[in-house]
Amino acid sequence: MSKKYIITICDGTGCIQKDNAAIRKILEQQLKEHNLTNDVRVNLSGCLGMCDKGPIVVINPGYTIYGNVTTNDIPEIVEEHIVKGKPLARLAIQEDHLYNRFFRIFGDAKFFGKQMRIALRNCGIIDPENIDDYLSLRGYEALAKVLTDMTPKQVIEEVKLSGLRGRGGAGFPTGVKWQITARAGSPNSPRSASDEKYVICNADEGDPGAFMDRSAIEGDPHTVLEGMIIGGYAIGAKQGIVYIRAEYPLAVRRLEKAIADAREHGFLGKNILGSDFSFDIDIRLGAGAFVCGEETALIRSIEGGRGMPRPRPPYPSVEGLFGKPTLINNVETWANIPVVILDSGKWFSTVGTERSKGTKVFALAGMVVNTGLIEVPMGTTLREIIYDIGGGIPNNKEFKAVQTGGPSGGCLPAKYLDTPVDYESLAKAGSIMGSGGMIVIDHDSCMVDIAKYFLEFTQNESCGKCTPCREGTKRMLDILIKITEGKGEMYDIENLERLGNMIKKASLCGLGQSAPNPVLSTILNFREEYEEHVKDKKCRAGVCKQLLTYEITDKCVGCGACKKVCPVVAITGTTKAKHIIDQNKCIKCGACFSKCKFDAIIKK
Amino acid sequence: MEVVEKDKKQELKEFIDSVKNKEHGDSYLIAVLHKAQGLYGYLSREVMDTIAQEMQIPTAHIWGVATFYHYFNLTPPGKHVVSVCLGTACYVKGAPQILEAIRNELKIDFGQITEDKMFSLQIARCLGACGVAPVVMIDDKIHGEMTPQKVVDVINQYRKAEKKQ
Repeated sequence: MSKKYIITICDGTGCIQKDNAAIRKILEQQLKEHNLTNDVRVNLSGCLGMCDKGPIVVINPGYTIYGNVTTNDIPEIVEEHIVKGKPLARLAIQEDHLYNRFFRIFGDAKFFGKQMRIALRNCGIIDPENIDDYLSLRGYEALAKVLTDMTPKQVIEEVKLSGLRGRGGAGFPTGVKWQITARAGSPNSPRSASDEKYVICNADEGDPGAFMDRSAIEGDPHTVLEGMIIGGYAIGAKQGIVYIRAEYPLAVRRLEKAIADAREHGFLGKNILGSDFSFDIDIRLGAGAFVCGEETALIRSIEGGRGMPRPRPPYPSVEGLFGKPTLINNVETWANIPVVILDSGKWFSTVGTERSKGTKVFALAGMVVNTGLIEVPMGTTLREIIYDIGGGIPNNKEFKAVQTGGPSGGCLPAKYLDTPVDYESLAKAGSIMGSGGMIVIDHDSCMVDIAKYFLEFTQNESCGKCTPCREGTKRMLDILIKITEGKGEMYDIENLERLGNMIKKASLCGLGQSAPNPVLSTILNFREEYEEHVKDKKCRAGVCKQLLTYEITDKCVGCGACKKVCPVVAITGTTKAKHIIDQNKCIKCGACFSKCKFDAIIKK
Repeated sequence: MEVVEKDKKQELKEFIDSVKNKEHGDSYLIAVLHKAQGLYGYLSREVMDTIAQEMQIPTAHIWGVATFYHYFNLTPPGKHVVSVCLGTACYVKGAPQILEAIRNELKIDFGQITEDKMFSLQIARCLGACGVAPVVMIDDKIHGEMTPQKVVDVINQYRKAEKKQ
């Protein structure tokens, strides 16, 4: 019996946090009360990407998206939309006509206007825990095509033709990597060790401020598995491993379920779909070490050791896991593979720019109206992403910078807003594509403090194996702390630059080679802020505590609240008269500032 | 209590037995440590010795691995583990103030445990919930869009729930 309506509740991390479970419960109750359980199917889906508007409920047919739904709204939605058949305008997210090949699927919200979804094509649409949902949207069709119609060589050619590049950040051409791994270990290769090979999915998403891989796996785990199986076929591997952060329990659970379902359906295991090809996938958990995102460190961690990188070459494609040729790709790269096979590499190469093909997923967060997960064609400008998709900066504040690439990337100021997003343009502007974190920063943040924040992170995560990274980042951090405390000298800025460039050149792995980037890019683009900290001992954003002075204005009514809360008795004054802060005693803790109910205390 | 401890040890041994004879059995060390931490809440010297004997790996090596990864605790955690996310998105949205509020409320620093052993405080580097930043994770539940006031309310809810029991 066919259902008249399909109601999909977003079950991504953002919506779970906003208690989508209660929504589901009330919805099912309401449907029962109205005797509608036979007419309506209630579904769960992965992250739709509109995390700030959660919980999200989508009703089909009609593609109506309801945002910020509360349990109290459910009776009204059921009554109006399901019983009377009229979408509830009050809660529906603004409709907007647009030309997007996915709008029939995702709905007419402006948020999707400039997006194009390839890797995330099923996220937010299918129930990630139901393999039939994936199958109904051409799931595992690419695998069937590969196993019946294509030789491994043809698969690699197709991937090469697509122009797909590694989405983990470095942007190495995926097809070339596959080819090298496929050739390694063959009789005409110099290192013809054995025919054993491995396929690894790097889901150790460690960048603070990035959640693309998490959402992709939570929303559509089968796509990643299908990509890996195809990769295994192309290079001749029998075993795949997903290395995923232990901090992502939901993603791990869904992946486990997806693997079990795939095995049951014969997409994994011996003689897949009746062919000679056998392949299986295992999960290995990371344990909270950022450096394990680096491929040689990741391999070391899977082997059960301390996740420290080693010099390359030999590259993992030749000598990887347990010394065997290993193909490592990032989650998003794998998720693109089924589309490359089904829609052809030629079609894929029509999307994007000259040298960067396809789309890129970004986790848009920070000071932006619509925070969430987006996927745009390469070549989309930062302005389009932040203003058209992201909806601009909240509270009418002004844009200051956008940070891409996490602790390995840089901060770009407003003059770079029209930079197209692709590997080369971002690198030219002084940042990197990275794995896809994109944090918008407004004028309430201090750039020196942001640089210090990232360096604290990398310094803490440095594995300690090579000196430039271990000692260099520590010294850079010392200098930055000195500057933010108002003890900096002008030569400190030059020292930061010298030291930074040295660390970049001399470090062993990607972590050290990119660790100075946030500092160097902020010095390049916001040098005047560094100079203000050093020369004028001022922090214009009011973030660096040691450089602040708190003052009491005439708004003071003399309530005495600040006096009571001051830990060092720096505030004096009689009741009902203006109080005064003794700047020599003040330790700049800010307790009075947060206590004052009359906005009478200002920080300068 | 004694019986429960025995069960835990038994379960750990069974898990080790299930992996150690697989191909590249040593490579499952991190999985075993995850299992042990799941059972005991932290990795004590005794537990590491047990693993060393069962897997035939020197304790020194296990110690090296356990200390390398932030996820493993070497001291017992509080009844509720409070993790403050200091990812970039949370940081620019005011995570430092949230951390300050928690420090003041619980009167502990990160890596420490309250006197009543109720809460321990740690720092997390991005929980992947940037859409609802700033976030605080208590045990397995993520609390989003926190403010210094809200986070104190949340902590008080846990205290209340604890008193009721």
